[in-house]
Amino acid sequence: MSILKHHAKFETNVILLMVGILLTVIIGGLVEVLPLFTIQETIEKVDGVRPYSPLEQVGRDIYVREGCYLCHSQMIRPFRDEVERYGHYSLAAESMYDHPFQWGSKRTGPDLARIGGKYTNDWHVRHLNNPRDVVPESIMPGYKFLHRPLAADDIVAKMKTLRVVGVPYTEDDIANAKADLVAQATDGASTDALLQRYPKASVGKKDKAVAAVTEMDALVAYLQVLGTMVDFSTMKPEAIR
Amino acid sequence: MTQATTAHSAQDATPYYDNVIQKFVLAATFWGVVGFLVGDIIAWQLAFPVLNLDFEFIQFGRLRPVHTSAVIFAFGGNVLFATSLFVVQRTCRASMWGGAVLGNFIWWTFNLFIVAAALSYVLGQSQGKEYAEPEWWLDLWLTVTWVAYLVAFVGTLYKRKEPHIYVANWFFLAMIITIAMLHLGNNLAVPTVIFGGTWWKSYQLYAGVQDAMTQWWYGHNAVGFFLTAGFLGIMYYFVPKRAERPVYSYRLSIVHFWALIFLYIWAGPHHLHYTALPDWAQTLGMTFSVMLWMPSWGGMINGLMTLSGAWEKLRTDPVIRFLVTSIAFYGMSTFEGPMMSIKAVNSLSHYTDWGIGHVHSGALGWVAFVSFGALYYLVPVLWNRKSLYSMRLVSYHFWVATIGIVLYITAMWISGIMQGLMWRAYDNLGFLQYSFVETVAAMHPYYIIRATGGVLFVLGGVIMAYNFIRTIKGDVRSETPYETPAAAAARG
Repeated sequence: MSILKHHAKFETNVILLMVGILLTVIIGGLVEVLPLFTIQETIEKVDGVRPYSPLEQVGRDIYVREGCYLCHSQMIRPFRDEVERYGHYSLAAESMYDHPFQWGSKRTGPDLARIGGKYTNDWHVRHLNNPRDVVPESIMPGYKFLHRPLAADDIVAKMKTLRVVGVPYTEDDIANAKADLVAQATDGASTDALLQRYPKASVGKKDKAVAAVTEMDALVAYLQVLGTMVDFSTMKPEAIR
Repeated sequence: MTQATTAHSAQDATPYYDNVIQKFVLAATFWGVVGFLVGDIIAWQLAFPVLNLDFEFIQFGRLRPVHTSAVIFAFGGNVLFATSLFVVQRTCRASMWGGAVLGNFIWWTFNLFIVAAALSYVLGQSQGKEYAEPEWWLDLWLTVTWVAYLVAFVGTLYKRKEPHIYVANWFFLAMIITIAMLHLGNNLAVPTVIFGGTWWKSYQLYAGVQDAMTQWWYGHNAVGFFLTAGFLGIMYYFVPKRAERPVYSYRLSIVHFWALIFLYIWAGPHHLHYTALPDWAQTLGMTFSVMLWMPSWGGMINGLMTLSGAWEKLRTDPVIRFLVTSIAFYGMSTFEGPMMSIKAVNSLSHYTDWGIGHVHSGALGWVAFVSFGALYYLVPVLWNRKSLYSMRLVSYHFWVATIGIVLYITAMWISGIMQGLMWRAYDNLGFLQYSFVETVAAMHPYYIIRATGGVLFVLGGVIMAYNFIRTIKGDVRSETPYETPAAAAARG
């Protein structure tokens, strides 16, 4: 192994050793990560995926804040049992506006990629309030504190930031952000314009016990839209190949 | 000679900056106990959810990042700072570049970063990526600390009096450089404060599939470089030193070093099998993960075979027992990892407790045990004591912690495989046999066993901390000493 004799060059030169290490460790990332940004087929072209409504986005921020991803995945794998339990396997397009992604790595609780529409708003509120009221065996913490008023003064700043990182919010979306946020969580509010901007958004007051818009309203609005944007009854398989 | 410096021999009066290394050792011991304890608390929360108290600041979702950050970054990080700065000075016969000033700067900024990060998670400021939870302002803070560390380490290498850079330092250097690359690559985010929002919220530059790949490129190599390459550096100095035997094979160390750091980086996609990540990336990740088995075992063989001719020390030196057992756990989890990265196996193991068990056989068995071995070596040397307060206590620590690990990982193997099988079980009529919550209920006894194992592991950490306190005070426990190998041989 005469080639190993030359290793002394690395062992006697700090700069050479550092450059050697950097070149060695950079290759894998370049090959695996960079093409995902350039290969068009990485994200399927499907109809229906849209940016989150202001209320959903704030709800998502609460989901991130509470570390829900540590026990719940949002990624259904293409197996018979998972598709039967949770619904159609997840598409890359369905998380294309997720900053950060929340696919998760552990299912201490069930997958939530298609939780939207599976349970009523009331069920979600009761469940988040004290999970064992509706699922006696549950080991999830209770989230009573989410009944507090939602602090969302920074929703415009958040949407502008998201636009910088690639979420296509329009000027119209941003101008109406605060009004949309309140309208989505208010019974009887005019929501036509909201639903035009954010089709399939779950409108109406969720957290009935509190008059103000609460963190609970936002989180449930987010959960209720998860996995519902793409209509799999009309989607053709070739579209996602 | 001041208290801050010690000269290693009469011929060579190079002063070593050991005062700051003492501080890293103390911080590592403290954070170790804290990190294990928080881990055990959240383990009990999974067994008994009432322990969440429905109180936002101590719920599982907020405490879990506190646990992972405390054990990986606070405990592991302080161990790495202590050992790497100790080793680089001695193997280069050079005092630390930047001296006490730079050393103290690294210590304070790093440990304050840990405190700030833990508080930020508890207060609800997580950026929502596993093992990369700190928000953008904390990421920048850590970058400053890390650059200072790189400068101190490379500066010391640069002024070395030994012509060759010792193998342990290759691993430390690879760890420092790669962690810098990963940290910067995975934490690119735009803070909302730019547009008038709060200063503690940001959004990741990438979304969805690209963010997932970047995260596991980072996440797997936090394991590969922070918890593996760095701790192999520890193995390469402290095992030969404690066993008083040379490293088994110089050639093997060269081959396994370059192979390990080249292959590890590719392994990230095995965290994303059968997801919306393109198949080509998944297959690459699996292939390289399986190949990674070889250099990993190259390192294990090089560490274990260093004991050649000194195996009897296992009987007489509990510190060697920690070091050798850590290498055995390293071998076991670096076999288990490639196996779990095979897609067919992963389809069962992913999302279950098996993954948690795998991580902990590596983290408790390998990382923590090799750290304990190094710390037990370091404390008497750094505080100029003839010996530890008690070798018997080291042995108690070893057995308590080992039994704790065995309880932990066997409980997680059983619960993980059971849960994976229950999720995919069908009844005679072709329906899914179990609802999800039935699989949750089935985990309960195993969560209790796991948390009990955790209690033992915490207890071991407390025993170690007590031993250190008494050693530093200069006490020596009156106890039956372990036979020296020479005495054992004489007795026959």
